[in-house]
Amino acid sequence: MARTAVSGRLIWRAATIAEARWESPTARTLVLDVPDWPGHLPGQHVDVRLTAEDGYSAQRSYSIASAWPEPGGKVELTVQRLDDGEVSPYLTDTVQAGDQIELRGPVGGWFVWREKSTAPVVLLGGGSGVVPLMAMVRARAIAGSKQPFRLIYSVRTPEDVLYADELRRRVRDDAGLDVHYVYTRKTPDNWPSAPKRIDVAAVNTYGWPPDFTPDCFVCGPTTFVETAADILVALGHDPRRIRTERFGGTS
Amino acid sequence: MTQPGHRGPMLDGNSMAGDLREIFAVDVTAARYMCAGCTHTDAVATLMVWHQSPGLVARCPNCDDVVIRVVRAPDRVYLDLRGSVRLEVPLEGS
Repeated sequence: MARTAVSGRLIWRAATIAEARWESPTARTLVLDVPDWPGHLPGQHVDVRLTAEDGYSAQRSYSIASAWPEPGGKVELTVQRLDDGEVSPYLTDTVQAGDQIELRGPVGGWFVWREKSTAPVVLLGGGSGVVPLMAMVRARAIAGSKQPFRLIYSVRTPEDVLYADELRRRVRDDAGLDVHYVYTRKTPDNWPSAPKRIDVAAVNTYGWPPDFTPDCFVCGPTTFVETAADILVALGHDPRRIRTERFGGTS
Repeated sequence: MTQPGHRGPMLDGNSMAGDLREIFAVDVTAARYMCAGCTHTDAVATLMVWHQSPGLVARCPNCDDVVIRVVRAPDRVYLDLRGSVRLEVPLEGS
């Protein structure tokens, strides 16, 4: 799988939208049929290219949300709409089943989790930065891996949580998976704390201690990534075990 | 992650993966660079990247020097690596 994911020249392919579903009021998952998809590792992304009739084209990267192998051979992207964006509103609101988009990938061989890795894992996701981390959670389940995973998911409000039902089910069914939410603007009713940003206490309490030498994956907007990575280092985590991916407000 | 066409927020080297895989047979974002300015070394994925069409500019997070530039022309790609002393590329299966 790793071999097919990184070898050979990269080409643009036409992908067909097989299905689309809303994950939140502003984020939609596109389920794609991609002919000859070579497989991918969780954490990898694809580049998507849209071309207008006048030849103007725009390109963006989106993390792959699904794990591989997927029984139906589909590839899933979850796209967060940015209202002033050029590409994301088209992918969330306009495109529909049967439409085609141009895609190349999978790409990126650094921000990936490999099932042969035996270390416990800490996942820190901010907003739609949870998408590649979800691919890792799903890949862990498919592989039947026993490495304990802890996901700390920073999100504005309960309504913005992506994959809420699936995460609830996986926490119940996937032994060794824990999920903790940090709400930054509005909490659920009866939540024990006021809205806050990710902090040392949350990472210390709901992550793994540095003694366990966990692999740490951090993904989100730049400010979230820098804050979360700084907290990990301050708590004593080895910087070489911290992998980060920033997206600067994908539009 | 990418924002070609205008000055976008800073991204990181992960976002260069597609453009670099058009040129190289291996994933260069997993390679380690050594900065010519300060000798800092880390994965190419950790560079600070600005996507300003038609090029990508990747700077060292330690000293801000430019490490890699990738400029696209209609029929070719210009790759400027003068800010990188070397690239250490992991081979598959290792």
